[in-house]
Amino acid sequence: MRASQRYFHRRVVNVIGLVASCAAMIFGLFFLGAILFTLLKNGLPALKMAVFTEMTPPPGSAGGLLNAIVGSLMMSGLATLIGTPIGILAGTYLAEFGSGSPLASTVRFINGILLSAPSVVIGFFIYTLVVIKMGHFSGFAGALALATIIIPVVVNSTENMLKLVPNTLREAAAALGAPQWKITWYVTYRAASAGIMTGILLAVARISGETAPLLFTALNNQFFSADLGRPLANLPVVIFQFAMSPYEDWQHLAWAGALLITFAVLILNIVARFILRRTSTSG
Amino acid sequence: MVKHSQSVSRSAIEATDETFFNGRLQLERTAKGQLLDRLFRGLTRFFAVFVLLILVAMIAALLAGSMPSIRRFGFHFFVDASWNPVTNQFGALVPIVGTVVTSLIALLIAVPVSFGIAIFLTELSPRSLRGPLGTAIELLAAIPSIIYGMWGLFVFAPFFAAHIQPWVIEHLGSWPLVGFLFQGAPMGIGVFTAAFILAIMVIPFVTAVMRDVFEIVPPLLKESAYGLGSTTWEVASSIVLPYTRVGVMGGVILGLGRALGETMAVTFVIGNAHELSSSLFMPGNTISSSLANEFTEAVGELYTSSLVELGLVLFVITFVVLALAKVLILRMRRRAGVQA
Repeated sequence: MRASQRYFHRRVVNVIGLVASCAAMIFGLFFLGAILFTLLKNGLPALKMAVFTEMTPPPGSAGGLLNAIVGSLMMSGLATLIGTPIGILAGTYLAEFGSGSPLASTVRFINGILLSAPSVVIGFFIYTLVVIKMGHFSGFAGALALATIIIPVVVNSTENMLKLVPNTLREAAAALGAPQWKITWYVTYRAASAGIMTGILLAVARISGETAPLLFTALNNQFFSADLGRPLANLPVVIFQFAMSPYEDWQHLAWAGALLITFAVLILNIVARFILRRTSTSG
Repeated sequence: MVKHSQSVSRSAIEATDETFFNGRLQLERTAKGQLLDRLFRGLTRFFAVFVLLILVAMIAALLAGSMPSIRRFGFHFFVDASWNPVTNQFGALVPIVGTVVTSLIALLIAVPVSFGIAIFLTELSPRSLRGPLGTAIELLAAIPSIIYGMWGLFVFAPFFAAHIQPWVIEHLGSWPLVGFLFQGAPMGIGVFTAAFILAIMVIPFVTAVMRDVFEIVPPLLKESAYGLGSTTWEVASSIVLPYTRVGVMGGVILGLGRALGETMAVTFVIGNAHELSSSLFMPGNTISSSLANEFTEAVGELYTSSLVELGLVLFVITFVVLALAKVLILRMRRRAGVQA
């Protein structure tokens, strides 16, 4: 009798635990759904052609987000151009040349911390380094801040992807007399190209929504400008200012911008996963 | 993979063919190869060191920027609750307390939920659903912080103020001991709302680490437990969790590091008041939200410098927390490596 009671008790605890973990799963999925639903509900009606063809308006009049979209693309593009090569080369050192050395383990450790370092502090850093020296906010400073965020992401993914390349490939190339740089350049990089590409895409996705570092570096610009030496309009900061404003026109534009950014980021993420999955299953 | 190795071996064969027929060329090539090798290796090492330099430069720049404030306020900065740009009196107590409180409450919510999700994904879910459901949770981490902020301000806060807060204030507000936490007007925004949004943002990070470490539990251990008649929950709580304790701790602390530095979402919903209040429903402040709100408007050397010192404090706190998380996760991985 006692034994069956204990068994019943264990069964009950089991069911409660499992129901709770299902509930946790639903809790997580619910918020993803709720956020996407809100974005679609508020963003879609605001997403008109004008969003892509007109400048950010003064309060109370219609307009679009063209200057902010262009500014964001320019800064993200420049940040990727600066950050990616640095990240790939540093990651190459960690995976190919220094893997066991004290320098490599220090870099790996510090890089892991930079990977999660608060982006607001990175914005501060570029502010004191660049903005104060130049005397004013600029798109260039914004791009540097974003590049600082990209580097640790790319270092991390490059190292991991290069480590997945089987050593036999390297040995085969070495046996044919290829120097080490050729092995890395023509063999390892090629074998790991999909993975490295995935890392870059994820890094771009990471910076496209970053707001805090841009507040102190690129700031904003109400007019169209493609000049990286001046304050540059960008989507995240425009969304921040417009969403916090009391003007309805501005808030609508903020939702349209939020929808654009989120779906861009989600699509980048899904494409990156797709590339990785396709290559890892075919190989 | 096959395609890659074919093209590689073809070019390598062509190269060896040429060098085979021309000995002198080969010698020159070897020398050139060695030089390029040294160059390439040096270049990669340079950029590896560059990553270290970023960190050093960050600390140096923040220290230099906060010197005026450090000189003026000294240690008093950390215990002073006043923040007055008019009289130039600045103290970091309110934002530091706000940062710690919001992050800890966020963890209180996020850790059990993440544990549930990780158990669901590793033990319960049908194999075909694991991929899509896992990806969905990971996508939570991809949504930009500012979107969480807008959603929190325009959707969650009004709902919370209209449907949940009044009930909680009425029923829990009068409880002894904990009642003071739930007093005040139902405004929607405030410390608790910020912590709740933070919790949702942290869940994917904690879940990812938990999933990773749960998967390295040797199947033999779990099967033995099942063989002795354990229920699924008993395996999860008495086998998987104890075995992965160190790694789970690392994941929790990583989540803490994330929550501490989160900026935009908190800025939207915390209310930005430089006051210490006992109630979780009152507006407050965190280090990062003060920075985002005030920095572009700060005038005067001391004001700016105090904000930079806040940034430095935040960086030091997150650095220590993240370093601890890394050490714990590394130790877990190493143990798994040894046993595998």
